[in-house]
Amino acid sequence: MKPFEYIRPATVAEAVAAAAQPGAAYLAAGTNLLDLMKGGVSRPDRLVDVTHLDGLDAIETLADGSLRIGALVSNADLAHDPAFAKSYPAVAEALLSGASAQLRNAATVGGNLLQRTRCAYFYDTASRCNKREAGSGCDASEGENRTHAVLGWSENCIATHPSDFCVPLVALDAMVEIEGRGGHREIALDELHRLPGDTPARESVLEPGDLIVAVRLPPAAHAFAAHARYLKVRERTSYAFAVVSAAAALRIENGKIAEARLALGGVAAKPWRARAAEDVLRGVAPAADVFQEAARRALTDAKPSGDNAFKIELARRIVVRALTLAAAGTPARMPALPASPFASTTGAIHA
Amino acid sequence: MPELNLTSAPAHIRHGSNIGQPLTRRDGVLKVTGQATYAADNHPPGMLYAVTAVAGISHGRVISLDVAAAKRHPGVVDVMTPEHKPQLAIDPEIKTNPFVFRMEALQSNEVRYANQPIAVVIAETLEAATEGAALLAPRYETLPPLVGLDAGESFVPPVVGVGNPTEIHRGDVEAGLASAEKRIDATYETPPQYHNAMEPHGIVASWDGDSLSVDMPTQGLKLSLARIAELFGIAHDKIHIRSPFLGGGFGSKGLMGGPPVLGIMAAKLVGRPVKLVLRREQMYGPVGHRAPTRQRLRLGVDGEGRLTALDHHARTVSSTFDDFYEPAADASHTLYAAPAIRTSHDAVRVHTGTPLFMRAPGEATGSIALESAIDEMAWACGMDPLAFRLKNYAEVEPISGKPFSSKALLACYEQGAARFGWAKRSLQPRQMRDDAGLLVGWGMGTATFPALMFQAEARAAIRRDGSGVMEIGAHDMGQGAWTALAQIAADAVGLDIARVEFKAGTSDLPDAGIAGGSAHTATAGAAIHSAGAAVIAKLADLATGDERSPLFGAGNAGVIARDGRLVRRDDESRGESYAEILARAGVAEVEARGTGAPNPAAMEEYAMHAHGAVFAEVKVDPELGQVRVSRMVGAFAAGRIVNPRMVQSQLFGGMIWGLSFALHEEAITDRRTGRIMNANLGEYHVPVNADVPPLDVITVEEHDPHVNALGIKGVGEIGITGSAGAVANAVWHATGVRVRKFPIRIEELLTPR
Repeated sequence: MKPFEYIRPATVAEAVAAAAQPGAAYLAAGTNLLDLMKGGVSRPDRLVDVTHLDGLDAIETLADGSLRIGALVSNADLAHDPAFAKSYPAVAEALLSGASAQLRNAATVGGNLLQRTRCAYFYDTASRCNKREAGSGCDASEGENRTHAVLGWSENCIATHPSDFCVPLVALDAMVEIEGRGGHREIALDELHRLPGDTPARESVLEPGDLIVAVRLPPAAHAFAAHARYLKVRERTSYAFAVVSAAAALRIENGKIAEARLALGGVAAKPWRARAAEDVLRGVAPAADVFQEAARRALTDAKPSGDNAFKIELARRIVVRALTLAAAGTPARMPALPASPFASTTGAIHA
Repeated sequence: MPELNLTSAPAHIRHGSNIGQPLTRRDGVLKVTGQATYAADNHPPGMLYAVTAVAGISHGRVISLDVAAAKRHPGVVDVMTPEHKPQLAIDPEIKTNPFVFRMEALQSNEVRYANQPIAVVIAETLEAATEGAALLAPRYETLPPLVGLDAGESFVPPVVGVGNPTEIHRGDVEAGLASAEKRIDATYETPPQYHNAMEPHGIVASWDGDSLSVDMPTQGLKLSLARIAELFGIAHDKIHIRSPFLGGGFGSKGLMGGPPVLGIMAAKLVGRPVKLVLRREQMYGPVGHRAPTRQRLRLGVDGEGRLTALDHHARTVSSTFDDFYEPAADASHTLYAAPAIRTSHDAVRVHTGTPLFMRAPGEATGSIALESAIDEMAWACGMDPLAFRLKNYAEVEPISGKPFSSKALLACYEQGAARFGWAKRSLQPRQMRDDAGLLVGWGMGTATFPALMFQAEARAAIRRDGSGVMEIGAHDMGQGAWTALAQIAADAVGLDIARVEFKAGTSDLPDAGIAGGSAHTATAGAAIHSAGAAVIAKLADLATGDERSPLFGAGNAGVIARDGRLVRRDDESRGESYAEILARAGVAEVEARGTGAPNPAAMEEYAMHAHGAVFAEVKVDPELGQVRVSRMVGAFAAGRIVNPRMVQSQLFGGMIWGLSFALHEEAITDRRTGRIMNANLGEYHVPVNADVPPLDVITVEEHDPHVNALGIKGVGEIGITGSAGAVANAVWHATGVRVRKFPIRIEELLTPR
């Protein structure tokens, strides 16, 4: 492994200053970064360890009814927080469908947002990758790409963002709080990740030194608690990234959908909010035909980036199913196999 | 050799003999407390770390390595390259015997496959060696690689597997097909699969003058020793290999490969002990793998569903520089009673490491295709898949006409089907749903694996205190040799297992043969049995020839060894203890050797195989295509079961691997570069716990007087066969979609709504 400088700052301000230097990277749990370093994919000169910073590990309800989640809260602690799981069940379900129990115990909220793509060509340093080395080319575009993007991709990059957690978050209009050299600011999660365009190496709007300190769910987010699900199709029952996933959340009043939220995972370089589909659902009674129409709208702009045309049809079906499950109501208890098509299997073994 | 302190306390109170008892692993406590010393756990004083740099291309040559940059890195001691390395005594390209495979030991700059070792960096720390390897920044002359089953010109190899004929036929297949009432002609594909034993290949090598001490996992201590001796030009007695525990072998640690040789070379180069352990991704190349296949099955049946012909052709691949051909079609030799059978193979050469043995090589790949085709034909005949198999049950081995030494397959079918509830299966596919609306499918497959025997030797002794010793260089790969072989040893010398010191796992012990072919318990067990009989005979001679003994005059045939005593067969009240016999004779111990070997006469007479029947239930989401196996039942007949607990674990493991074969495992190879794109445990999918359903294993009683003295057939590999096909057939039964390319993928099951 390349030798690197290890810094453990005492304050957020110190962290920002230390990480603003070229070649620096933040280290939280390291569940992704350390693998990348061992594989020579990331070769930072300096690691700024933020895990000892105070005040970043709280889950708190703010005066306006929004929920603020510190960036260092672990995926497991958040998912297993009873109040959180009750108010934002699709988020908890998404968290529990990701990685393994061991990884969820370590991985943090902030790190989850900034995890890197799982494109094999990004990880394979013998391959060309515009993300890893800007301008070198994309070996995925003519390569083994059946799991790659079908939305928002470019000729320069067809990678997807692998997070489960981000998918319901983006559906619920989550905000991201950032500390940077210019002080505190906040942006919508939907604006955090960039589509590849001509600069796939720039994956987010963060500037050098920017540190995500919290994720906030706005007051309106828990109004969907009664009808919110996350559904994830994957190639084994656990410990696999989504082939395609979807978060669906409905606010149902008097038998009609007052408001719908829908986002897709595993289809683009960012969690994919499907606003056009949400529009179709507003003000109508939940029914199979409107869900079909919503699914059609959600994938209108989709096109295969390789051997992955099936993902478009699969995504439509997942949208329909996720909406159907959400309309049926959030289950009283978290399924033993969260987000799995086999979630309702009786006698299921925990993932 | 560290003190092993194996525990013998059984989980249950035992009655009777040691063989047949479900003892827990005697090395279990060591393993769960981290005290079992695997090769890479050794740290001799002064040890350095070696890390291999591997090729990023699959065909071409290395034109430069930045050795200076690597050497400048703090902690790097030396960089071993084709230009800077100890000379080997013989060229590793020379195949000195059929069990020698070509390896990469930095003999040239040529690159023959991706992940081939091209240099070794030796450093004070693992981190420094790892970074040194990265700093080598190799530059290549890249040549177009051959990739996949259609690469280049195909050819017919001289043999497949280990010396099997490439083509075998009995009867007239074309005539059988021509006369058939119904025919199917189906082509199946299986992917390349790579070894992912928990313990990666590793070695700790220490030279002391011309003596060599080695810690490394090996399934063949003596084969490894002989290969090291010839490569380094040293006498056998100058080499000591310790391999007390393997973290899985599965065929990848059977024959000496390049990486451990590089470790020994590195230790020689720097004159200090060296540890070299492969990284996970580095196992996808130099240590063997299961080759991909494309198999065409042509079957014909008469009007009553009896096979008239079975034609099984397999295309596979080997490397560009050596020969191993997955004998996939040979799976059709033994199971179904077609009057005409032909099995044949051809191959192409590709730029990969040489494919080699991987748990049930040939049997696993061939079985999934054969069992799928049988299922397809049963459906074509409108017959239940079990009824179809019973209709075509082979009373004699179809390819040879020989009788079976034993074959309790009918009982396997019967007991497995009953336990599973097979009789309630709908004939039509896509008929069954569970409460949640998921499609439910039931499938089955027949399991088979040959009952093999190799050569082994053991040494037994009875000591003055009445205790026993059994020595054999056997290998525990996790299957339970420390336990099962010790049970055989205890019975062989007529002692409780706690009174027998069982020694195994080092190269200074008698040759136990290779731990492969599901034959280790049978082979090593036969040697132990015979050594035990021989030492008891010597002890009996001491007693029966001594007029002071109560056994005087009883003669060899008239004495029984039991619980540390010899007693007269005709009067069990007359006897004496081993200790008394040795004390009176004034000898410290008696010892004897015994051998285990195949019986050529029996092999000439009989076909010898283990059998089984596997039943699987899968659930499939009707719209989303995701598959989950919900239960499996396997019934196996494999002769004498030495330790039911270990055997159950072996069969569980095989069944899980079969599930993996059908649904998960595939090395994804870039068709342009020949590089494997998922060489890690995150993306090379094997089943996780949540994929593994409740498994039910039935071991069907079977007595085989012909396979060997103990009647053992072996269970190491049979579990995969049958299981892979059972899962695939269940997916068809659930969905009505016949997928012929494995693993079965979600997109294949996205049927129109």
